[in-house]
Amino acid sequence: MAEQMKNEEAFVHNEENILEVNHLKKYFPIKGALGTKRGAVKAVDDVTFSIKKGTTMGLVGESGCGKSTTGRTILRLIEKTDGEVYFNGIDVNKLSKKELRALRTKMQIIFQDPYSSLSPRLPIGEIIGEAVREHGLVPKEELDEYITKVMLSCGLQPYHKDRYPHEFSGGQRQRICIARAIALNPDFIVCDEPVSALDVSIQAQVINLLKDLQDQLGLTYLFISHDLSVVEHISDTVGVMYLGGLVETGATEDIFANPLHPYTKALFSAIPMPDPEIKTDRIILEGSIPSPANPPSGCKFHTRCSECMEICKNKAPEARDMGNGHVVRCHLYDK
Amino acid sequence: MAKKKPEGYLSAKESRRISRENRKITNEFEKKRKRKSVPEEEYVTVMKDEGNVLEIDNLHTYFFTDAGTVKSVNGVSFEVPVGKTVGVVGESGCGKSVTSLSIMQLVQRPQGQTVDGEIRLNMGDGKAYNIVNTPNYKMQGIRGNYVSMIFQEPMTSLNPVFRIGDQIDEVIALHNPEMSKEDVRKKTIEMIELVGIANSEGVARMYPHELSGGMRQRICIAIGLACNPKLIIADEPTTALDVTIQAQILDLLRELKDKINSSIMLITHDLGVIAEMADYVVVMYAGRVVEKGTATDIFKNPCHPYTIGLMNSKPVVGKKVDRLYSIPGKVPNPIDMPNYCFFKDRCEMCVEGCAGAYPEMVKLSDTHYVSCYRHYDNAQKEEK
Repeated sequence: MAEQMKNEEAFVHNEENILEVNHLKKYFPIKGALGTKRGAVKAVDDVTFSIKKGTTMGLVGESGCGKSTTGRTILRLIEKTDGEVYFNGIDVNKLSKKELRALRTKMQIIFQDPYSSLSPRLPIGEIIGEAVREHGLVPKEELDEYITKVMLSCGLQPYHKDRYPHEFSGGQRQRICIARAIALNPDFIVCDEPVSALDVSIQAQVINLLKDLQDQLGLTYLFISHDLSVVEHISDTVGVMYLGGLVETGATEDIFANPLHPYTKALFSAIPMPDPEIKTDRIILEGSIPSPANPPSGCKFHTRCSECMEICKNKAPEARDMGNGHVVRCHLYDK
Repeated sequence: MAKKKPEGYLSAKESRRISRENRKITNEFEKKRKRKSVPEEEYVTVMKDEGNVLEIDNLHTYFFTDAGTVKSVNGVSFEVPVGKTVGVVGESGCGKSVTSLSIMQLVQRPQGQTVDGEIRLNMGDGKAYNIVNTPNYKMQGIRGNYVSMIFQEPMTSLNPVFRIGDQIDEVIALHNPEMSKEDVRKKTIEMIELVGIANSEGVARMYPHELSGGMRQRICIAIGLACNPKLIIADEPTTALDVTIQAQILDLLRELKDKINSSIMLITHDLGVIAEMADYVVVMYAGRVVEKGTATDIFKNPCHPYTIGLMNSKPVVGKKVDRLYSIPGKVPNPIDMPNYCFFKDRCEMCVEGCAGAYPEMVKLSDTHYVSCYRHYDNAQKEEK
C-alpha cells in the first residue's frame, strides 16, 4: 500500500524501461443535442504499465476493451484525457509539436489492416522512403540505396520499389507496413493486430520477420492482439485488458501457466486447442462485454464473473503484486 | 525502347478473345439452366451410402474470367455422414467457400459454373437430388429447408432495414405456407430462445444494428436452423468474433446439431476450431482435397506435407517454440496451374515421383486418404 502511495505522488523513471505508462485515461465524449455533453465512453480507464528495452509486451482482450486506443494514446495519435506516458523518461504529452515530430522517428506503429493503411497512389519506394526523406535521416544521394536495404531486410525485392500497393498480397503488404515503420530506425513499435488479417502460414512468416528484426535492431514492441496463441509466442510480458482497465499483468510464462484473474482464466479456457483429444473444462462467459459508456460499479467484471462476491459489486479492486511482477486486480486475492 | 510487359500481362485483344470464348461456354450452361421444366430423371439419383447426408463426387467449379479460367474447385470429393460434423480447412483462396456455394447453387453466375461432378443430397426415402442439375425452382425448396448456410460476417448478412423478427419470419413463412401469421411468429420467438437470447420478444422487434456481433451471429444461426435443415453449412461462423464469444457460438452449434439431428459442414482456417468441433476433416489446397480423414487421423498423424506445414505454422498455447515454421513460397497462380502436384514448388519433402502427374488419392487406412507420392508405397503395401 505504501508503495502505491509513492507511485501516485511522484513518478520515478527507471533507466531499464523504454516506456512507462502511468494512470493513463482516455474518455471519448458522447455529444447530445446542440453539442451538450451527455457522458463519456471510458475507452482507457486508469492503465499503468511499463516495458523494458528490447522486450515485447503483449496486450490482449476482447474487441472494444480499449487495446487499440491504449496503443494510439501512447503514440499521441489521439490526445489523452489524464495520466502520463514516459518514453525514455520524457513525458510525451508535454512535448511541443516540433519536439513530438522529432520523437516520431523513435516511435512507430504497424496497423491491423494492410489493405487500408497504404496509400494506393504512392509506389512502394515512396511509401517507405517518404518519412526518411522528410526527417532527413539519410543524405539525399544515399536514400535510394537505404530504401533498398530496408526492403531487403523485410523480405521485399528491390524491383518492388516502383509498384503500387494493389499489386501485392496481404502478407507482402504487411511487410511493406513493417518496412515503413523500421525505415526510420525506431526504438519502439506499436503493433496493432499486425497478423489478424492474414492466413495461418503467412501469419507465421510475418511473426518470424518481426522477431528477426527485434533481434537485429533491438526493437521494443507493444503487441496488441486478440489471438492468445500469437501473443504467447511473441511476448515477454502480457497485459490482459477488460473494459478499459488492465486486470492482470506479468511475465508470459507466469500468466499462461498460472492465470489468477477469473477473466484471464475464462479467456484462456476459450482458446480452441488443435488437438482433438484434449477436452478442456471450458468456463463459458455469459453475455457480452458491458457498454464502456456506463461501466458496472465496483469491479467492472463482476456482472460476468463466476466467483463474484458482495464486495465486488461496490468496491473496485486494487492492484496486488503476487510476486515476480505478476500483478492482478481482483478481490479474490485480498488478504 | 518498348516498355517491358510485366509477367502475366494480357493485351486487350487477347482479353477480348478469351471473353468471347467464355461467353460461348457460359451461354451453353445458362441455356440449360434456364429451361422452364426439367425432367426428373436429370436430377434424381440415389445415394451411394444411405448413411450420408451429402456426397460430393469429383466436383469442378470454374470461373470464366477475362484473364483466363480459374479452377476454384478442381475435383473435390468427400462425404458428410448423418449427424456428424465435417471440417474443411485451407487457406483463403483454396476453394472452401466455392465448394459450399456450389452446394447451395449460389456461385456467381454466369461466370462461375459447376462444369463437372455430382453433389448428391439425401432427401430421405431412398431419394437423392443431384444438386448440380437441379433446376432453380426446385432449389428454392431445398435452400433453407434441407440445407442452410451460416455466413462469416454477421454484420453484413442481416438486412439492416428489417426487424430481426421479420427476417426470421420470412424464412419460416416461405417454407411453411400453410402456417398462420401467429404460428410463424410463435415459432420465431421459439427460435430466438433456442439460440440462447433471453429477451426474445424484445430482440424480435430490434434492428440488426442494435445487437452485438455475437448476438447477430446467434440470429443468423436461428435463421439457418428455423426449418430444421438436414445439413448446416457454417462458412467461418466465428472468424469475426472474439475467443470468448467464439466459445459460446461453437457450444451452441454443437448443442443444436444434436437437438435437431442434422449434420454440419464447418468451413474455417482455424485448426483449433476444427479439432474441437469436427469428427471428420478435409484439408484443401488450391482447389483440391489433399488429405481427408477423421480428426484423430489428421491431427495425430498428418501425412500430406501441406497439412504438416499448416500444423507447424500455428503457434499453440503451452507449446514453446523458438521460431514458427513457415511454408516457403506462395500459392500458385490459379489461372495457370502446373500439371504436377500443386504443392511441389513449396514442398520440402519432395520425392522422385513428384515431377509426374498430379498424385491420386491413396488410402492409408479405412478413413484416412492422402494425395501425395510419399505415401504410395505404404498404401500399396496395405492393400496387399
